[in-house]
Amino acid sequence: MSLLRQRKPTGTSNATESDPNICQEDEKKNKAASKDKNPKKQKSWSCIDSCCWLIGWICVTWWFLLFLYNAIPTSFNQYVTEAITGPVPDPPGVKLKKEGLTVKHPVVFVPGIVTGGLELWEGHQCADGLFRKRLWGGTFGEVYKRPLCWVEHMSLDNETGLDPSGIRVRPVSGLVAADYFAPGYFVWAVLIANLANIGYEEKNMYMAAYDWRLSFQNTEVRDQTLSRIKSNIELMVATNGGKKAVIIPHSMGVLYFLHFMKWVEAPAPMGGGGGPDWCAKHIKAVMNIGGPFLGVPKAVAGLFSAEAKDVAVARAITPGFLDHDLFPHQTLQHLMRMTRTWDSTMSMIPKGGDTIWGGLDWSPEECHSPSRKRQIANDTQIANENGSEVVVSQIKHVNYGRVISFGKDVVDAPSSEIERIDFRDAFKGQSVANSTCSEVWTEYHEMGYGGIKAVAEFKAYTAGLIIDLLHFVAPKMMARGDAHFSYGIAENLDNPEYQHYKYWSNPLETTLPTAPDMEIYSLYGVGLPTERAYVYKLTSAECGIPFQIDTSADDEDSCLKDGVYSVDGDETVPVLSAGFMCAKGWRGKTRFNPSGIRTYIREYDHSPPANLLEGRGTLSGNHVDIMGNFALIEDIIRVAAGATGEDLGGNQVYSDIFKCLEIKVLIDLGERPSPHQCIFLPRSLGGWPDNQMPDLML
Amino acid sequence: MSLIRRRKQNETSRPTRSDPSSIDKEDDNKKKIPAKDQNAEEIALKKLRKWSCIDSCCWLIGSICVTWWFLLFLYNAIPASFNQYVTEAITGPVPDPPGVKLKKEGLTVKHPVVFVPGIVTGGLELWEGHQCAEGLFRKRLWGGTFGEVYKRPLCWVEHMSLDNETGLDPSGIRVRPVSGLVAADYFAPGYFVWAVLIANLARIGYEEKTMSMAAYDWRISFQNTEVRDQTLSRIKSNIELMVATNGGNKAVIIPHSMGVLYFLHFMKWVEAPAPMGGGGGPDWCAKHIKTVMNIGGPFLGVPKAVGGLFSAEAKDIAVIRATAPGFLDNDIFRLQTLQHVMRMTRTWDSTMSMLPKGGDTIWGGLDWSPEEGYTPSKRKQRNNDTQIANEDESEVVASQRKHVNFGRIISFGKDIAEAPSSQIDMIDFRGAVKGNSVANNTCRDVWTEYHEMGYEGIKAVAEYKAYTAESILDLLHFVAPKLMARGSAHFSYGIADNLDDPKYRHYKYWSNPLETTLPNAPDMEIFSMYGVGIPTERAYVYKLTPSADCYIPFQIDTSADDDDTPLKDGVYAVDGDETVPVLSAGFMCAKGWRGKTRFNPSGIRTYLREYEHSPPANLLEGRGTQSGAHVDIMGNFQLIEDIIRVAAGARGEDLGGDQVHSDIFKMSEKINLQL
Repeated sequence: MSLLRQRKPTGTSNATESDPNICQEDEKKNKAASKDKNPKKQKSWSCIDSCCWLIGWICVTWWFLLFLYNAIPTSFNQYVTEAITGPVPDPPGVKLKKEGLTVKHPVVFVPGIVTGGLELWEGHQCADGLFRKRLWGGTFGEVYKRPLCWVEHMSLDNETGLDPSGIRVRPVSGLVAADYFAPGYFVWAVLIANLANIGYEEKNMYMAAYDWRLSFQNTEVRDQTLSRIKSNIELMVATNGGKKAVIIPHSMGVLYFLHFMKWVEAPAPMGGGGGPDWCAKHIKAVMNIGGPFLGVPKAVAGLFSAEAKDVAVARAITPGFLDHDLFPHQTLQHLMRMTRTWDSTMSMIPKGGDTIWGGLDWSPEECHSPSRKRQIANDTQIANENGSEVVVSQIKHVNYGRVISFGKDVVDAPSSEIERIDFRDAFKGQSVANSTCSEVWTEYHEMGYGGIKAVAEFKAYTAGLIIDLLHFVAPKMMARGDAHFSYGIAENLDNPEYQHYKYWSNPLETTLPTAPDMEIYSLYGVGLPTERAYVYKLTSAECGIPFQIDTSADDEDSCLKDGVYSVDGDETVPVLSAGFMCAKGWRGKTRFNPSGIRTYIREYDHSPPANLLEGRGTLSGNHVDIMGNFALIEDIIRVAAGATGEDLGGNQVYSDIFKCLEIKVLIDLGERPSPHQCIFLPRSLGGWPDNQMPDLML
Repeated sequence: MSLIRRRKQNETSRPTRSDPSSIDKEDDNKKKIPAKDQNAEEIALKKLRKWSCIDSCCWLIGSICVTWWFLLFLYNAIPASFNQYVTEAITGPVPDPPGVKLKKEGLTVKHPVVFVPGIVTGGLELWEGHQCAEGLFRKRLWGGTFGEVYKRPLCWVEHMSLDNETGLDPSGIRVRPVSGLVAADYFAPGYFVWAVLIANLARIGYEEKTMSMAAYDWRISFQNTEVRDQTLSRIKSNIELMVATNGGNKAVIIPHSMGVLYFLHFMKWVEAPAPMGGGGGPDWCAKHIKTVMNIGGPFLGVPKAVGGLFSAEAKDIAVIRATAPGFLDNDIFRLQTLQHVMRMTRTWDSTMSMLPKGGDTIWGGLDWSPEEGYTPSKRKQRNNDTQIANEDESEVVASQRKHVNFGRIISFGKDIAEAPSSQIDMIDFRGAVKGNSVANNTCRDVWTEYHEMGYEGIKAVAEYKAYTAESILDLLHFVAPKLMARGSAHFSYGIADNLDDPKYRHYKYWSNPLETTLPNAPDMEIFSMYGVGIPTERAYVYKLTPSADCYIPFQIDTSADDDDTPLKDGVYAVDGDETVPVLSAGFMCAKGWRGKTRFNPSGIRTYLREYEHSPPANLLEGRGTQSGAHVDIMGNFQLIEDIIRVAAGARGEDLGGDQVHSDIFKMSEKINLQL
């Protein structure tokens, strides 16, 4: 203690030089006070002691409050909430238990990208002491303590897309892998708790955790994850009296499970050798939550310039922070270098090209600006009252099809007026920057000014061209990606080339398994503005990433904000990507769905939590927060307890998904007449009458 | 803050009322004196006066906090390897951990590894509970910090107990085993079980796809883990998957403690036909298992289990008791701690799997026992640093002076324990009338079956005076009929005369090595690895509890001590690993299964690997790298090295065959068992 006391005065004396009044005053008081008794002792109370006193005081208060907090019953919080917001509804698990629902089908969770925990099994010197500690998920403590070490261990090999030598980072297994992403930030935990209410436990719930950084086939090559999932589903079906499993993939897990379904039925060397009826035998329903079936435009921005809306906004709000602090310089470059080694990110590049995502002059979503709709018709749950708004927002034609444009004027101009210079053959030029920025290497350094300029001069990129663009700016990454993913539309699905695993996660290049009794759901949130297209600009930075979202691009009339065009969706996945396959591509017997697996769309309208006490809300439609949406949980529990899609009430649609698709997306489905074939009535722009539209579908 | 201050003052003023003259008046006086001077400085002075009591308190706390934070900061600032430097400075260079050493030798992953944890060490978590357990969903009730034991002890006991009739979940409560490696890597924070082994295996390349923890609910009987949780099916499927994804390399199984019995049960279950068994066919084990490396296996049971079931008293039946002796008797459960513990543990069927098996043939009768003449504590005291066991013949002779009747597992009174059998006047208790349950009305909050026995029954038990392994079973049937009724449906403790008898196909025999045959797998190997050199409970001297109205009527007579024999605090000890006597851990591999016997028809090779206990040299070593204690042996470098070598492909011969420090072979000689 004596040591401390000595240290402090020296520290404070420096500070007090600037304003010496405070301590002097204190001392005066002390002197006055200590006239009668031992003055020396009193003197020493002055500065540090009041400091100590303050700290002690705070500690005591804190402990006292902590004690009080621990002493009050746990239900107190609930009372407060109820007092403020009125009675809280029973959580769905409790409610359905009262209805008498119990365990029937085993349940498998397939987590998405980012949400699964990763832990260290072998590392370099700098990661000493982190054995079996989480590098990803949990508290992320190590990111702050040793950022460069962390980046090094989270990166994969740039050539193979597998472990770098001497480093093994592996997915956490079990339900803990993705129940909470960080302390207090649930992902699957709420769903698990509600399922447990009706009797589920670990023997009939399984988390199909996988390393979400790897390409899907590589999870099998390195960790045999697909085999593990197969074996586990088989076991759960066998030990539950032959009742088929309900699969619940979320986000990228949706694509992973598409891959799995093809893998498991494919013959042994490349596939799992489960035979052509494995899915029919083992799977009752696949309930995709927020599935980016056709990719997400966000992935493009992530790969192209390591930024999406959130990063761009962060940059707009606190300029400089990203560019300086966390890592010694070049945060974004480090981030980009790391994420570009992750093959899985390429699984989410928009698929289907211009046919799906629109060309230079058209896009399926053109007509709808979600933010507008929400602003006006905020409290109505039905989407059709805002027909007039739609008309209003249609005044300005928005070219969503141009996923990346350089400059705002380019976005708004008709395609005929844009003068594009093809970049593909452009000479990339010398890598000038290499010598000065050697610490972080991104592939941009190999491009040189010539290449960068060529990219910018092409001006507008549609979904189909995005692939070429990425090939141009990141050839190594795309070389890896090409071996594992494909983004086209199959002309002829019987072509033997489509037996290769790289097509398995693209719903437009594979057929669904032959399992007529299976059901596929697409469950996703709507009502949130979702990134769809970007306005870019060139940066002057010599060492930085040469492209940046142009946050100055704003437009009141169209949905352009901070350089990002948004459409309706769940904040990450646009409605088009999440809904198209179930709404049209797979509906009825199509060439993508030869056995006529029934599909259902369940949309959940977003409404933000009413107050802070509700946390992330029970009515959220946000990409991740929807996992706590009571309506969604109820649907899942009902299906797990045996209900079919019809029992849930078929489709539940708030967005304009059917409208967009019918009018705009012209894709050959090789359709054959079937009882499930939906009939679309041509509609005026007045919107759908009430909520009856779903009934028309079936 | 004002609130706190006021509260504190109130509190302090209250005690002063008893002597009102002192403090309050002084305070008043002090305040009055400066008030006369009447200037601004006095007000400041007044302020300072107020500092006196609470404020110095605050100051103290503040300074402690600051110091603490400063030290914490220093602690975090020093490199992680600092601790190691200190250790090395004191004890000289630390040897490489076995994983590092063997990696340098070039060993890599070959066979997948399956861990089977023992009783007590596996975590249990809550999936459904009563009102009182609110907020504990998926929190650990067993393992981890045990926070809830202190916060709501009765609720905890209620949730940890099983149904007394069925041995399964009570209604409305679901407590389930934690799954994955986390289930038993650490029992409590900092107290490793499997973690060291896992870390070392990881060094040569193991990871979760090649290591799996066969976690099961260790409270319920082995067959019930399948009935309720399908745990055995799960283990089967997992082993099959791991063998398939590792290029057909067979699995190495590493059971510990009760896991050894569980895995014996598994091997029979998996090959038995489908309704009762796993339907894997008669060559499942031959196809999927390379080696079973049993660590500290209580093959023939442990005498400790008797003490636990009889009077809830053996030293580790609950680790709780070991960690906090004494406080159990008073504090957390408001009296009657032991009764609560007994009531809880008696609902756990698995405890009965560890009752001594083989009766008097194995454990000795009234007048003989296989261990007599070998007293471990003596031997260890003298030649502490020699690793070879056979140099101490002379000691053995010396300690043979006094004949010890280890065979009498429970004796009432020290004189009975020492008297020749002819002099003991035994009155049969089996027919005794149990009498009225007198205690029932006064002690209704805790119900143990003793309350149904009444005084007559208790007296009858005490008058039988000496119990051998065989009569122990009758004794337990007498004092705990419900428990044993459940138990005898799941476990058996005899020796089979004819193993072909179809009755032995029932699952209750599967965990008793003396009533089953090993699977037909001539290429398989079975290791028995255990620590030696620690006194281990073997027999007890009991007494009746005086005035046992509400209490458990029997107690270990801790006053019974003897310098010549290994009797201490009422417990006779033999050589072992502190929990399992050498006899139980080693007999099957040393004799019962050695070569082709009727218990081992296909001649599976068996190896004994004993590890001599030497306690950690200093505190910095923690639990030591050469420990032989039942749980601490999991951190024994030598044992870990053996396991890694086998996992990387070595066979028993490559390790050097048997490694024996104790007198297990001589003891086995004395056992007259038809092979």
